[in-house]
Amino acid sequence: MTLEELAKTACKLRLNVIKMVGVGQKGHLGGSCSLSEIVTVLYFYKMRHDPHNPHWEDRDRFILSKGHAALIQYAALAELGYFPMQELENVKKLGAMLQGHPDMKTTPGIEGNTGSLGQGLSMACGMAAGLRIDGRNSKVYCIVGDGEIAEGQIWEAALAASFYKLDNLTVFLDRNNLQATGPIPERYDTNPLKEKWEAFGWHVSVIDGHSISEIIKALEDSEKIAGKPKMIIANTVKGKGVSFAENVAAFHNGELTEEQFVRACKELSDIRI
Amino acid sequence: MKYQNPRQVYGETLLELGRINKDIVVLEADLGKSTMTVLFEQEFPERFFEMGIGEANMTSFAAGLALTGKIPFTNSFAVFAAGRAFDQIRQGICIPALNVKIVGSSAGLSDFGDGATHQSVEDIAIMRAIPNMTVLVPADGNETRKMVRKMAEYKGPVYLRINRHDMPDICPEDQEFIIGKPYMLRDGKDIVIYATGIMTAKALEAAEALQEKGVSVRVVNVSSLKPVDEDEIRKLSKGIKGIVTAEEHSLIGGLASVISYALRGTGIPFTSIGINDRFGQSAHNYDELLEEYGLTTRNIINAVNSLLNQ
Repeated sequence: MTLEELAKTACKLRLNVIKMVGVGQKGHLGGSCSLSEIVTVLYFYKMRHDPHNPHWEDRDRFILSKGHAALIQYAALAELGYFPMQELENVKKLGAMLQGHPDMKTTPGIEGNTGSLGQGLSMACGMAAGLRIDGRNSKVYCIVGDGEIAEGQIWEAALAASFYKLDNLTVFLDRNNLQATGPIPERYDTNPLKEKWEAFGWHVSVIDGHSISEIIKALEDSEKIAGKPKMIIANTVKGKGVSFAENVAAFHNGELTEEQFVRACKELSDIRI
Repeated sequence: MKYQNPRQVYGETLLELGRINKDIVVLEADLGKSTMTVLFEQEFPERFFEMGIGEANMTSFAAGLALTGKIPFTNSFAVFAAGRAFDQIRQGICIPALNVKIVGSSAGLSDFGDGATHQSVEDIAIMRAIPNMTVLVPADGNETRKMVRKMAEYKGPVYLRINRHDMPDICPEDQEFIIGKPYMLRDGKDIVIYATGIMTAKALEAAEALQEKGVSVRVVNVSSLKPVDEDEIRKLSKGIKGIVTAEEHSLIGGLASVISYALRGTGIPFTSIGINDRFGQSAHNYDELLEEYGLTTRNIINAVNSLLNQ
């Protein structure tokens, strides 16, 4: 895919997130929209994977540690053909394939169960270690949230990844500056980020998480680094692309009115790339 | 009577399995000299992960290893393996039923000196409560060996509870261990004692002593706390005057719960030996602690007599 096609895909995934949130039902809109470009680059550009063979042994792996942003992953997996697009209409319905948080047992393409924050990074580390034992050159990608890193287990995993020199692990930190109840610097400050991850022995870069080209460049640069896990701190906007939801904590897991829903869909459909 | 240390047996069996199956990996939280995973570490350093004093990360890291086809065994004291890492076990391992083995060592009151913080009185209960989890408690070294081998074969999460001290051999070496099956170790017709872990040997002692007084006691080793073959429990309890359960664990959620639930509606007189909703505490030796918590052969004998005198 070209940069332009990737940007368009990111937009489309966001629109499908809004459709999944729908009207009058709670949905994790904010943190899903902040991830759209990163998820797009990983699934549509970077990762080696096969939607027709989800368990292909030499695939790259992706763990969404901030599992509440599942909607953006579902949008990507459906677009890729891991399951029929219609499944998106059934998200969170009783008995549906698509659960409120990623479930590998029900959903093709999901690599691990996340949702209890702070655990996915450890899982990604374990996967990276397991692949290395087998001598596979598969890579492991993971996304953590800037609110999520208040979980102590994140820092246990940060130590483990550098101690075991897991250079097949690349992690994005979705820095949208908001947690469920408000701005992170005011509610519970997890900053400074770069210095912390560097102190834990990681290679760290900081990018605009909505710039397709910066995401690609950061991934390519990180591949040149051996002997260390890689952290890409992605500055993002929570609710990106939906004007009234951008940087509004209430849309972390909010509801849309009919009017808001129509407006959001229109805004995302009208974007010209 | 021959004694074996279940930790030593565990460490040796893990090493033996490691030689046969290269997918076996071992994770340790800085207690390898106590849990005896040190034996595996010495021979297979590339498949051994020292995870520092970080049980939460160790447990989710193990989930990740399982996701790449490995068979991880996580190790710590039971109180930390099951308690500290409860959420990691529940969320990342048991919901998707990953093939991770959680081994809780120095279980029950067996770490007598370290007190309440290091003694597990509720680990069976919390592990049993998680859907998809299997819970095993060996009664001796022989059973420990068979269980560890079976755990490696079985696909899915398993919690194994291991005592710190030497245990007398009471389980036949040649009998196959089947997950879920209660094993009758001694037959009798008046009373059935269902026991688990260290209490099984004590139940056999009690049965021997009661025999001399003319009381015929059947002893059943319930080493699978989940799943449990309830039909078998009902069969083993048929025509019996009373039931005693005996466990080194809280009376809430452990063997007493398993057996009373299996026998619901039967109306058979029932009493239980176990820890009565208390935490542990330090003592200078294990026996002193077991005495304090009513976990002795004498306590079992008294329980049987109280049922017969009802």
